[in-house]
Amino acid sequence: MKNTSKYQAGVIGAGSFGIAMANIMAENGKILLLARREEIADKIRTTGHHKRQDVHPNIEVITSTEAFAAQCELIFPIVPSASFRGMLDDLAPFLHPYHRLVHATKGLVINIPKDQQLEKLESLQADQVMTMSRLILQETVVRRIGCIAGPNLASEIAEGQPAATVIASPFEEVIREGTAVMRSSRFRVHASPDLLGIELAGVLKNIMAISAGILHGLGYGDNTMALLITRGIAEMIRLARIFGADARTFLGLAGIGDLVATCSSPHSRNFTVGFRLAKGESLDDIIADMEEVAEGVKTTFIARALANSHKVSAPITQAMARILQGEMEIQRAVRLLMEFPFTEDVEFI
Amino acid sequence: MAKKKPDYKNEGLLLPPVIPDIKDWPIANLLRKNKAFVEEVEKESLVQLMKTCEREKISLQQLIEKAMYLERIRIADDPWKIDPPDETKFWSKIKKALVENEQFQEDPEAFKQKNAELAHSIVDRYASEISSSFKPSTYHFAKRFLPFFFSSLLNASAGSNIRSAIYHRIGLQEKVHLKGEIDALRSLSEKGTIILVPTHISNVDSILVGWGLHALGLPAFIYGAGLNLFNSKLVGYFMGRLGAYKVDRRKKNAMYRATLDTYSTLAITHNVHSLFFPGGTRSRTGTIEKRLKLGLLGTAMEAQRRNLLMEGSGKKIFVVPLVMSYHFVLEAKTLISEHLKRTGQDKYYIIHDEFASYRKFLMFVWKALGKTSEITLNFGKPMDLFGNFVDQEGRSFDAGGKELNIREYFMSEGEMREDVQRDEQYTRMLGEKIVERFHAENHVFSSHLVAFVAFEMLKKRYSRFDLYALLRLPQDDRVIPLRQYMETLERVLDRLRVMRDHEKVMMADHLENDPMDILRHGIKNLGLYHTKRPLTFQKGGDLISDNMNLLYYYHNRLEGYGLEKYI
Repeated sequence: MKNTSKYQAGVIGAGSFGIAMANIMAENGKILLLARREEIADKIRTTGHHKRQDVHPNIEVITSTEAFAAQCELIFPIVPSASFRGMLDDLAPFLHPYHRLVHATKGLVINIPKDQQLEKLESLQADQVMTMSRLILQETVVRRIGCIAGPNLASEIAEGQPAATVIASPFEEVIREGTAVMRSSRFRVHASPDLLGIELAGVLKNIMAISAGILHGLGYGDNTMALLITRGIAEMIRLARIFGADARTFLGLAGIGDLVATCSSPHSRNFTVGFRLAKGESLDDIIADMEEVAEGVKTTFIARALANSHKVSAPITQAMARILQGEMEIQRAVRLLMEFPFTEDVEFI
Repeated sequence: MAKKKPDYKNEGLLLPPVIPDIKDWPIANLLRKNKAFVEEVEKESLVQLMKTCEREKISLQQLIEKAMYLERIRIADDPWKIDPPDETKFWSKIKKALVENEQFQEDPEAFKQKNAELAHSIVDRYASEISSSFKPSTYHFAKRFLPFFFSSLLNASAGSNIRSAIYHRIGLQEKVHLKGEIDALRSLSEKGTIILVPTHISNVDSILVGWGLHALGLPAFIYGAGLNLFNSKLVGYFMGRLGAYKVDRRKKNAMYRATLDTYSTLAITHNVHSLFFPGGTRSRTGTIEKRLKLGLLGTAMEAQRRNLLMEGSGKKIFVVPLVMSYHFVLEAKTLISEHLKRTGQDKYYIIHDEFASYRKFLMFVWKALGKTSEITLNFGKPMDLFGNFVDQEGRSFDAGGKELNIREYFMSEGEMREDVQRDEQYTRMLGEKIVERFHAENHVFSSHLVAFVAFEMLKKRYSRFDLYALLRLPQDDRVIPLRQYMETLERVLDRLRVMRDHEKVMMADHLENDPMDILRHGIKNLGLYHTKRPLTFQKGGDLISDNMNLLYYYHNRLEGYGLEKYI
């Protein structure tokens, strides 16, 4: 039989967040983990250890996508944005309409002519931009789609600190199942029907993470950071509304919650990009010695083009884009932002 | 001329009938047992209402009270000629019965029983009202009469007299182009049940769709027609007997909705092909529908789930989008001015418009089928209810070309499950997919294109004006220099061609011509019907609009393609 599995869920991706999430789920039952490379699978099987985390005995690792898809109905792809499309191409042929997919990837896919450069992009319509759930919808037979987002630093989850996430899906069934699989005494799961809003919150937050890194790098303190967070959430909401997302979503864990965590944590890649920029390094040098691309860089350019086309005020994004392109000095950008005529404090509700 | 033709052509058919004998059509089969079917609808509606009560945690009594409240308001505020004279009496009786039932409250079983009886009498009334009265004999008559009627007009309008009409036999098919996935549609009509979802811009749509389906040799489709159309006895007589059931948009209460939805669901499970206008009403603004009414689509989803539960006999359901393109629209003037007047207001029903005037209607048919104009009915790629394309055999395929089994959409952990919320989401997604297909299957006409370019150029020139200021531009400010216009037109044309190559839109054959010819063609067709021309040449050759509202209306047809960037 094709789908009477003994696994309550499957996780794709043996990165640190993938392992951390699989470990949480494994407390509730058997989990199948799909690793890309055989040596990683072997290592996990023999040592029970990977990415500085013990791997729960309820987790079984395989490398065959076909066997994986045949044994799990509820699948959590937890892969970096850059690998998402490749992962989906591999997975799509083995997916059936009964599958449910809950992803954790914070990125955007854009549809522009090949000769156009992202950094130079002046305008972009909302329908040229896709979140990961739209991509799944377009490329696969799966309709029951969800995502998880929120302040989920893998290292803290791995240490067993109390944390929470938001699971978003228009399908109550997906929320119900996802919650049952993830919930534990150290991990809370909140629900939202606004899949698009939650995805965008996770994506747009990365722009603010770069800004936060810059402010930290310049040695600014908590007043400045609070200013960034509040202006940042307002800007994220304005940008998300281009897609018709709901502002209320941004006041929750995956919006303001994640933003606070990202802006105060020096661990994220996006934060690091900003921090090193402020210390005088060039973007090319920074990117050259990062293992994975900081998604926020790409997101900034996409968001700027969207803001231009849809005539949405996005001063932080505009300033970040110019800094990242080397068109504007950081000090000058900060000064401009301070002089920008924001009027009302809370105009977005 | 060859005299011997297959005899289906004598019946106005372009293709042989899929099912030769009308008596064997699913709709005839169903409505032959109409009484039994209406009873089935009533019974099932009550089951659905009970489920609603359970889901929303309200009592049947509350449901009836709410329906009664809404109905009494409707009767007082918005009476129509077609409403039965005993409505007030009926609801007074219900009110009285509700009060009387209160005495049974001590005995929950009796109380429930009494209220169920009451609900039954309401549902009974609704089901009988909704029910279609398809009659093969009327269908026979109409299918002979209508093409004759049209082709007489057509030939007269093409400048020929009756005698030449008889010799040349210009048919409706020469003016109304039936395009698209016709073979698939015919084949699928035998493999399963078709849900045809057309764009809706004019009341003429229903007539043309009816003719189109007939000409393609398909059996009659059942469709929900607004009750207001039955205000006219003659129209109502024909529509009912041609397969229309009645939909009253004023009745918003849960009991009516449940009855209407059940009627549609059960008709589909009985393999009767259905026609939904998913936009609900005619597009007021001339745009292609962007938001659909999901109620009736939801009934197709429910019917599909039920069909899959029936072992073996349950048919697969296919959605076929249909995009109709006209150079000009009969009711354009009324629709757009009503829209502009009432923008921001809740809702309205247009009861009197050009469609209600026989003279205007004949004038429209005359012009629309005249020498230069054309109408396209484009039958889009068939899909399953989950937006996957299907082949002629009815098999569904994913984006990568792999066959899939739609039963699995209703499955979790190895079994079929009932989940209303899940199915609502599937329906919403189907709606989005249909909107996407409407845009992709739309044949752009010269008239749409020239109006779009002209309006957008003015909009760009006066970018600080809001829509209403733009529409009230003084005559002198509406002039567009020809050279500038042609440059813009060519840019937009180039972009359209790229989009066509990516299957994002379709283009009429006449758009292959030289841009200047396209402009002339467009202006001529736009001006054929309206006395004040949406766009016309000035003496010096520049362009001017004599009617900004209509220019805006025809321009709207190309809204939503992101073409504004190329102005």
